[in-house]
Amino acid sequence: MNAMPAAQPDPMAPLRREWTRLTPAQRISRWLVWLVCAAAVLWAVRSIDIIPEFLEDAPEQMADLLVRMWPPDIAHYYPAVHEALIETLHIATLGTVFCFTLAVPLALLAARNICTIRPLNTLAQLGLVASRSVNSLVWALLFVAIFGPGAAAGVFAIAFRSVGFVGKLLSEALEETSHGPREALRASGASWGAEMLKGVWPQVQPAFWGIALFRWDINVRESAVLGLVGAGGIGLVLDDAINFFQWERVATVLLAILAVVLLAELVVTRIRARLI
Amino acid sequence: MSATLTPPAGRRVAFAPNWPMRIALLLLAAYTIWACTRLGLTWDRVLHGLGEGGKLLARMVPPNFERWSLLLEGLLESLQIAVLASAIGILLSLPLGLLAARNLSPWFIAGPVRAVIAVCRSLHYVIVAILFVKAIGFGALAGTAALVVASIGFIAKLFAEAIEEISMKQVEAIRATGASAMKVIAYAVLPQVASRFIGFCLYQLDSNLRNSTLVGIVGAGGIGGTLFAAFKRFDYDFVAAILLAIIALIFLAEIISGRVRAALR
Repeated sequence: MNAMPAAQPDPMAPLRREWTRLTPAQRISRWLVWLVCAAAVLWAVRSIDIIPEFLEDAPEQMADLLVRMWPPDIAHYYPAVHEALIETLHIATLGTVFCFTLAVPLALLAARNICTIRPLNTLAQLGLVASRSVNSLVWALLFVAIFGPGAAAGVFAIAFRSVGFVGKLLSEALEETSHGPREALRASGASWGAEMLKGVWPQVQPAFWGIALFRWDINVRESAVLGLVGAGGIGLVLDDAINFFQWERVATVLLAILAVVLLAELVVTRIRARLI
Repeated sequence: MSATLTPPAGRRVAFAPNWPMRIALLLLAAYTIWACTRLGLTWDRVLHGLGEGGKLLARMVPPNFERWSLLLEGLLESLQIAVLASAIGILLSLPLGLLAARNLSPWFIAGPVRAVIAVCRSLHYVIVAILFVKAIGFGALAGTAALVVASIGFIAKLFAEAIEEISMKQVEAIRATGASAMKVIAYAVLPQVASRFIGFCLYQLDSNLRNSTLVGIVGAGGIGGTLFAAFKRFDYDFVAAILLAIIALIFLAEIISGRVRAALR
């Protein structure tokens, strides 16, 4: 059997015109995007301050570090690491609890259907954004300067960092609530507090617990590093071990952090599945 | 909550008290008080801290922009770290995400790759940065490597989840034409997840930029080193200037990525 002859009179020729997915303008804009990306990467590669010798022996050094970490010094876990771990969990939980004292009022002010004064909305939103843009470690630095080193600074750093995140999500949940129950309550002569508690709260409750759990999970991760700037928790133990080059201990601490973070994620997904 | 929906057995109570919730809240309050005493958080300390905080704020105002060249240098280095880490992270996440998707690769490959991704995700980037600083020395390289790890943890995980949700019909169709594995990926898998992948990448670029302003605290390059040095020297007015610059940069990035996302839609 031969292949089909190519040049045959073709009755379907009009149907065979070339179809293209993109218009020329689209194609050019796509190329431009790629060009910008490539240029950004090129600029970064050419001007970044990387010492070639460091890059060259990086794999060797990483391997060396891993070898030094093995085997982990399990004996070091109790009591030093264990207590620091408990402190870290306390910092994360207390930070999450405290953040609501600031986040709930700000969220109420930021939600356009609850607070109808526009300048106040904007102001609250600005506060939330400011809280989110400053990293938790930077908050920790500030609070270490205020409270001195220790867990107190960690709790406040976690709380202030969480306000922006929780407040934003909470205000979005508030804005999505239905107006009906509130109006019904108001018609029956309920006070503002009762209106919030019985008209709005039941509607945002699932979102509220979801946000709280989600943030707690993030806070467990974040509170593990706060000790690096002196704000208490397991980061302190980690920092000490690294500064003394006790790599087996570092491995123990890292494994402990890993276990707690994975456990926290598991707990959160379990509770979420049951709650929501 | 659900009790009000079921038909009432006896007398119906409006706003029936939710006892489990009340007990849970009480327990939470008790825990809070107990944990506060454990951590040595007392009201006196908070009040004292408020006074100190006022003093700190007073020293931060007005922000001191005199050393702007140092500031600019740090910001540019942070930007470079973010761009490089995102680029490498995205390139590495593509194959890792494909390998971790349980509908495309066999379990004995997907399992270990998923574990690697989970480890990347669980370790905070600052901890990873410390390890890299100790292993490969101070500077931007360590910061870039740390953020690459963080990017993999995020993009590869979400990418794998997105791939697991694709329709297998198109994969089967392409496979039926006798296409090789790479062609199946290029023509059946990627078109279905491309837009979401770009979304993840944009988000990660954004958060890499945030994080690259911070890794300097542990000596991994960028503006964070300048910030930490200023903190240690109690140059609080310069600290305020750096913080304002970082917030401005992040705002700008958020606006740009918002625009890009709107244009993509």
